[in-house]
Amino acid sequence: MSILVNKDTKIIVQGITGRDGSFHTKQMLDYGSQIVGGVTPGKGGQTTADGLPVFNTCQEAIEATGADTSIMYVPAPFAKAAMLGAANSDIKLMIAITEGVPTLDALEAYEALSAKGIRLIGPNCPGIITPEECKIGIMPANIHKKGRIGVISRSGTLTYEIVDQLTKAGLGESTCVGIGGDPIIGSKFVDLLPLFEEDPDTDAIVIAGEIGGQDEVIAAEYFKNHMKKPVIGFMAGLTAPKGKRMGHAGAIVGGEDDTAAAKIKKLEAAGIPVASVISDVVPLVESKLN
Amino acid sequence: MKLHEYQAKALFRENGILCPPDKAVDTAEEALQVAEEMGMPVVIKAMVHSGGRGKAGGVKVLSDISEVKETAENILQLRIQDLPVRKVMIAPAVNIETEVYLSILLDRSTHSVIYVGCKDGGVEIEETAKTNPEKILKLQCSTVQLKNPDDARLTEFASNLFDGESQVHETVEMMKKLGALFLTTDASMIEINPLITDDKGTVIALDAKMMLDDNALFRHPELAELRDMDSEDQDELDASEKGLAFIRLDGNVGCMVNGAGLAMATMDTIKHFGGNPANFLDVGGSSNPQKVVEAFKLILKDPNITAILINIFGGITRCDDIANGLLESLKILDVPVPIVIRLVGTNEEEGRALLVGTDLITAHTLEEGATKVAELGGKS
Repeated sequence: MSILVNKDTKIIVQGITGRDGSFHTKQMLDYGSQIVGGVTPGKGGQTTADGLPVFNTCQEAIEATGADTSIMYVPAPFAKAAMLGAANSDIKLMIAITEGVPTLDALEAYEALSAKGIRLIGPNCPGIITPEECKIGIMPANIHKKGRIGVISRSGTLTYEIVDQLTKAGLGESTCVGIGGDPIIGSKFVDLLPLFEEDPDTDAIVIAGEIGGQDEVIAAEYFKNHMKKPVIGFMAGLTAPKGKRMGHAGAIVGGEDDTAAAKIKKLEAAGIPVASVISDVVPLVESKLN
Repeated sequence: MKLHEYQAKALFRENGILCPPDKAVDTAEEALQVAEEMGMPVVIKAMVHSGGRGKAGGVKVLSDISEVKETAENILQLRIQDLPVRKVMIAPAVNIETEVYLSILLDRSTHSVIYVGCKDGGVEIEETAKTNPEKILKLQCSTVQLKNPDDARLTEFASNLFDGESQVHETVEMMKKLGALFLTTDASMIEINPLITDDKGTVIALDAKMMLDDNALFRHPELAELRDMDSEDQDELDASEKGLAFIRLDGNVGCMVNGAGLAMATMDTIKHFGGNPANFLDVGGSSNPQKVVEAFKLILKDPNITAILINIFGGITRCDDIANGLLESLKILDVPVPIVIRLVGTNEEEGRALLVGTDLITAHTLEEGATKVAELGGKS
């Protein structure tokens, strides 16, 4: 078991004929992920260098291949159209890798996807990996190892750093999800924690957050009220300068301090130990497992 | 990207949102001329991208024309939250009967756009939000609801801001126009504080703050041109043109990292081991050796630098490309400080092989690199 994706997940790649799309399709295939086709509007009927069929729309691709998951690499200006295309299909899960998507485009796409009950991960994220079963994203494969620790992170390379240490310590990972760093993202910490809580193959969860927003604090509340499995935190940005604010709207609505220091305090108050340096993550996980 | 009040109000007028006329000028002489044309009393406001303008002396209401030139001169010499005031806006002073707060912004936690309102407008709004949070009203909208506004919902919201029927109606119409403007400009926030009624009972936007989504500026070239270069850090602008994210800080250890989260964690770790980071620098996810050269140039511009830590966890970024960029930098730039490098991930063997024989100090973990660079850089 694992969460969201496993060896049976069938994947289509949106933007498969692009530079990033074709490069990472090869990488995912090499890892053993079941990539069954791709979507590039106007190039339907072609076959990629990897021998995969290309379709004009997501729905055509799903009907022909039985795919249940889509990963998107299309450039930011075209991301909204691609995401709405996925919303118009019977896909179950969409992973949006694209960086720089206009926020209102992401919001509109999120609305359309959730109206259809489609889960969105990202945009601006490294993707999802269930080690030794299925990689859907851009993360380096070789640092991952099958294990029993779940990872959820807002940042790409920071996730790699944590995963690398979990792997080297012999713990390994059940599933790692990069949820993305944009203002509007599909799934947040609080949306994924319940899945890990129920996953029989996950023993503990590491959440890696950063400055801005209240997602980590909301996750801490959820942990306190609903979870039995241990959660360990890491928070980047203690030394980050406070952004120059303008207007009062953010402060009134957030109403809360969104610095790393404030978040660490709230996580710890909820019972989530927070590592002060990355190399403390593994010892904290180990201490919670014993 | 932030807009100045006069820029936001120009957009307001184009979209039928009522606000007083105004003119923005660069000199005290022009300010005087505008005031003469408008007639007294006038308000003079500093056009600067920082809060607390009023408290810093950047907003003055004048009834005597003889005070205009000197006041404008004084405001133009101010620095507010470390930003110079390059322009002042002159507008006729308005007789305020009531003032409320109204804004529209993205709300990440509810995946929606929300209107925020408060019957008590003005500079103490944040204090009100803390002491009487029940006074802050929120109305959640999907993008679909913004495009097809529901009068009943907006009316219920607006009735909490004003008592008079015509004021409620005018506010509802203004909210619709604000919603449309929010969508068409790809805004992330529009704030009117205060939204007032004048002595005739007309609802007027007396102030305007707008923030636009940088990711969407590619489709709004006319709005992108409104960027105030005086309010931007030149190095940060240069960096973004070259595909780097850069923020200068006041420490002495230069940092070069791939990925924003890891870059922040690297700064935190340097601090944890007693060093003081001099910058945030994310070289991004690409493998272009030229970016490394540009990154070095930016870091070395700071005369306080005493050591540099390069922390790369290669994923999309290839370690051999970083190493090549590093060799190129050492060839063409004079790097007078020690460099600690931690290079792992994609093609790390190839990357390390390229760096054999250089003076670079290697580290295997981030903690080891941070410890070394903190020692070399001198603790502060």
